[in-house]
Order: sequence, then C-alpha cells, then structure tokens
Amino acid sequence: MYNQKVMDVFANPQHMGEVENYNAIGTVGNEVCGDIMQITMRINDDGIIEDAKFKTFGCAAAVASSSTATGMIIGKTIEEALQLTNKQVIEELEGLPPQKIHCSVLAEDAIRAAIENYEQNRAKK
Amino acid sequence: MSIYLDHAATTPLSERAFEAMKPYFCDVFGNPNSQHVFGRDAAKAVGEARQTIASLIGAKTGEVYFTSCGTEADNWAIKGAAMQYRDKGKHLITTQIEHPAVYTTCKQLEKLGFEVTYLPVDNEGFVSCEDFEKAIRDDTILASVMFANNEIGTVEPIKQLAEIAHRHGVIFHTDAVQATGAIRYDVKELGVDMLSMSAHKFYGPKGVGALYLRNGLKMEKFITGGEQERAHRGGTTNTPGVVGLAEALKEALETLEEDNAHIRSMRDHFVEGVLNEIDDIYFNGAKDFSKRLPNNANFSFRFIEGESILFSLDLAGISASSGSACSSGSLEPSRTLLAIGVPVGTAHGSIRFTFGKHNTMQEVDYTLDQLVRIVGRLRAMSPLYNKH
Ligand SMILES: Cc1ncc(COP(=O)(O)O)c(C=O)c1O
Repeated sequence: MYNQKVMDVFANPQHMGEVENYNAIGTVGNEVCGDIMQITMRINDDGIIEDAKFKTFGCAAAVASSSTATGMIIGKTIEEALQLTNKQVIEELEGLPPQKIHCSVLAEDAIRAAIENYEQNRAKK
Repeated sequence: MSIYLDHAATTPLSERAFEAMKPYFCDVFGNPNSQHVFGRDAAKAVGEARQTIASLIGAKTGEVYFTSCGTEADNWAIKGAAMQYRDKGKHLITTQIEHPAVYTTCKQLEKLGFEVTYLPVDNEGFVSCEDFEKAIRDDTILASVMFANNEIGTVEPIKQLAEIAHRHGVIFHTDAVQATGAIRYDVKELGVDMLSMSAHKFYGPKGVGALYLRNGLKMEKFITGGEQERAHRGGTTNTPGVVGLAEALKEALETLEEDNAHIRSMRDHFVEGVLNEIDDIYFNGAKDFSKRLPNNANFSFRFIEGESILFSLDLAGISASSGSACSSGSLEPSRTLLAIGVPVGTAHGSIRFTFGKHNTMQEVDYTLDQLVRIVGRLRAMSPLYNKH
C-alpha cells in the first residue's frame, strides 16, 4: 500500500519527540478518528523556527507525514512555514495512498496550530 | 524471516488436500451434472466428498450442500430462510458481533422489510441465553448466532441457543466458519438447523464452502440456475474444491487434538508473555480459554494505533491482523470490539494474532520480542503516552 519512501520514513522517523523549552505547540486530530498529531517548536525572536519535533498517534502515513513536514520547516521563518501545504508533504513522500491524504493535511494543520499558539502566547506578553 | 500469524484470515492449503484435488483439474474434469462417463467420474468424487463431510459433522449425506465460500453459505442460510418463511413472520435475531457475511446480509434484509434484533454481548463477547430468549417474538422466524467469533475467538453457547430457539419454533443457523476444524462438533447434537463452513479456514482451498441444511427444512433458492445441488443451488460444482474441502476437514479432525495442543501452547505462551511485558493493554475476548478458539489472541494496546503496529510487525516479518477496519480506508473501528466495550480510541490500537499448526515456539518468542520493541517505540512517539 505504501511506497518505499513512506516505509523508510516510518521505520526511521526524524524529529520525533518534544522540543525542550518549546514556545509553540499545536495538537490536532482526535483519538476517535485514529489520528492525533502534536508539533512543538522553538521559534526565535527573528521568527525563525530553530527546532521542531512531532509526536503522533496514528497510522504509518500519519507518522511519515509528521516526520517529513516537521523536517521541512526547521530553519524556516514562520511565514515560510505557514506556506507549507499538504501537497508539498505528499511530494516529499513521493505519494500517499488516496485514503491517507488526510494524514498530510493533519501535518499541515498541526504546524498552523503550533504557530497560532506561538502568536497567541506572544500577544499575551 | 516471514511469520504467518493470521490463520483466522486464511490458512495454507494442506499437502493432503492438494494431492486429493490434483486429479480433478486436468484429468477428471467432467461436469458432474453430465450424463456421460466424464460427468459420472466427477459426480462420483463430488458424492464422496459430500458423504465424507456429512459423516464428519454427524449429518446425513443429503443434508450437505456445496457453496462458493462461507459468505455464500451465510447469505443462503439467512436470505433463503427469511424468504421461505416471510409469511410466518418478519423478525430475525442475530448478534452485534457477527462477521459481515451475516451482519450485512441482515442489514440488507432490513431494507426489504424484515426487522432484525442485534443482540449485545458481554465484555468477553458472550451472548446471553436469557437475552436471546427475551428477544424472541411471535413473529420471529430465524436466529443466526456465530459459533466462534473471528476477531476475539469467543465460542458461543450454540447448543443452548438452538434449544431455546426450537422451543419457540424459531429456525436456528450458526456461522461455524471459524469453529470448523478447530472444534469437534456434531450437528445433531448441537441441534442447529443450518450451519456454514468454509474450506480455506482449515487448510482447505479458497472459494469453496458448505451449508448444512437439516432435512425437512424448506429453503428458497439463493443462487438460481440449473438443477445442481439437488436443485437447491445453481452453478457447476467446483469438483477439485469440494474434494479439497472434504480431505482438509478429514485431516483437520484426525489431527485435531494434537494440532490444538500445539496451537494452544503457543497461544498461551504468547498471551502470558504479552501480558507480563506490556502495560496498558486489554486482552480481548473470553478469559476462560475453554470457551475460546485455541488459535486466537487479541489485544488492544492503549495510546497507539493498530495500523502502525501492524505495519511495524510487517517490517519485522510478522503478519498479523488489525482489529480495526481503519487499514482498509474506513475509519470505523471494529464493531466486535466496540460491542465488548473497548473504548473507540483504544479499539483503533487492536491486533489479532491467530496461530496455526505450522508455527513454532521460536516464531512466537521472536514475535513477542518484536512486539515489545514496537509497542515501546510507538508509545515513545505517541502524544497520548506520558510515562517514560
Ligand atoms: C466467522 C466468519 N464467517 C464468514 C466468513 C467468510 O468466509 P469466506 O471467506 O469463505 O467467504 C469468515 C471469513 O472471513 C468468517 O471468519
């Protein structure tokens, strides 16, 4: 069902865990649907994502999507990260089965949710 | 390494069944309904297969009908009886944990105006005889309860249920697709009116099944066509298939005790290991192993999702099965697991291991090690798991 790339990323996911002293966290999805994705980031004062990590409850496609998406935003600015689309994640993974496209959407959503959380925290300060 | 732990899905064809089938592909190829010698030779094989199966399950030869699979036997039993007796009543009883072969058939009958009661089960998957009797109405014509569940292995009290059904004049069918070849039974002693089986679950070929139909029970045709199966089921008989079914069943029942002892010892060892080494899990199905299929183990691993477990096992060379239908693209967790009270989220993290006679204890130990590693890895990855 999955291509080699997806299988490889699932077997050896990168950026797994939680960023120490993160200042942005986004969690999307729910257990009932079978997918939950959490992305944590440390964003510096210049708006650059210094580090990002994921934790995922879900299928192999969800794990591969979160690992890939997380890797794609490290070192990027907030603006650049917000432009990341699920299509780019799918391209990076060289394709996902049709019924697993929603996993890549979840990764995009988790990044947005984390950045939103960062901006809310900043506004409060 | 390739380890097959999905024997509830299907089994490899046995050498003996394969050998028995061989002559009926190229040499004895006649249509068993033809009147010439080619037909008569094939008909003889079909007749012998029928006789063998009948004697193995305590039926009369004329009570065994061949079908194209277990699903067809279930469809025929339920739709055939419902249509035949629809003037007597419109109510059917079944359970919430039936295989789709029965469940979706009942759903379809609802659309045709039948009413169906789907009995709940307790947290180990057992149907209660009291609930069953209470569900029977004046217009109940048919009840169908599976002999053993395909996901959690729970063995239902078929004999008692059939007795209750008959006391109220209700026809009783059982889907014995998982039970056949694993549990020795006699249809007369069980007292059922109809029973379905499928060859590929007991080391027979795929695409052939049988329905036991008690003599005297009138049944509407399901597959309409020619006069095959004594005018009960149209379609040219699958001669090698039915020969394979008969041989596989004969072999399974000859070696049942020793096979089960081996399978049970592996399953028990595995269950004990998993429960000792992994926290936060549910062991699903009957806790009393005398009321559980000897080959079945089913666990829900909290905080992680079934497909990723299954896929990780696959990468490690282990083939098992997910308790959730999620992997097939639907996000519905298993109906059976929900019926026994597994929470929806946790039901997503369920895996079924079904052992077979060719598995070895070494394979079981390897699987146990891999499973412990995989569950640990996926939990470390899970936002729901907070223990370190
Ligand atoms: C309980 C049960 N009933 C029916 C079936 C369907 O059998 P078949 O695959 O021969 O159609 C199966 C197997 O998948 C089963 O486990």
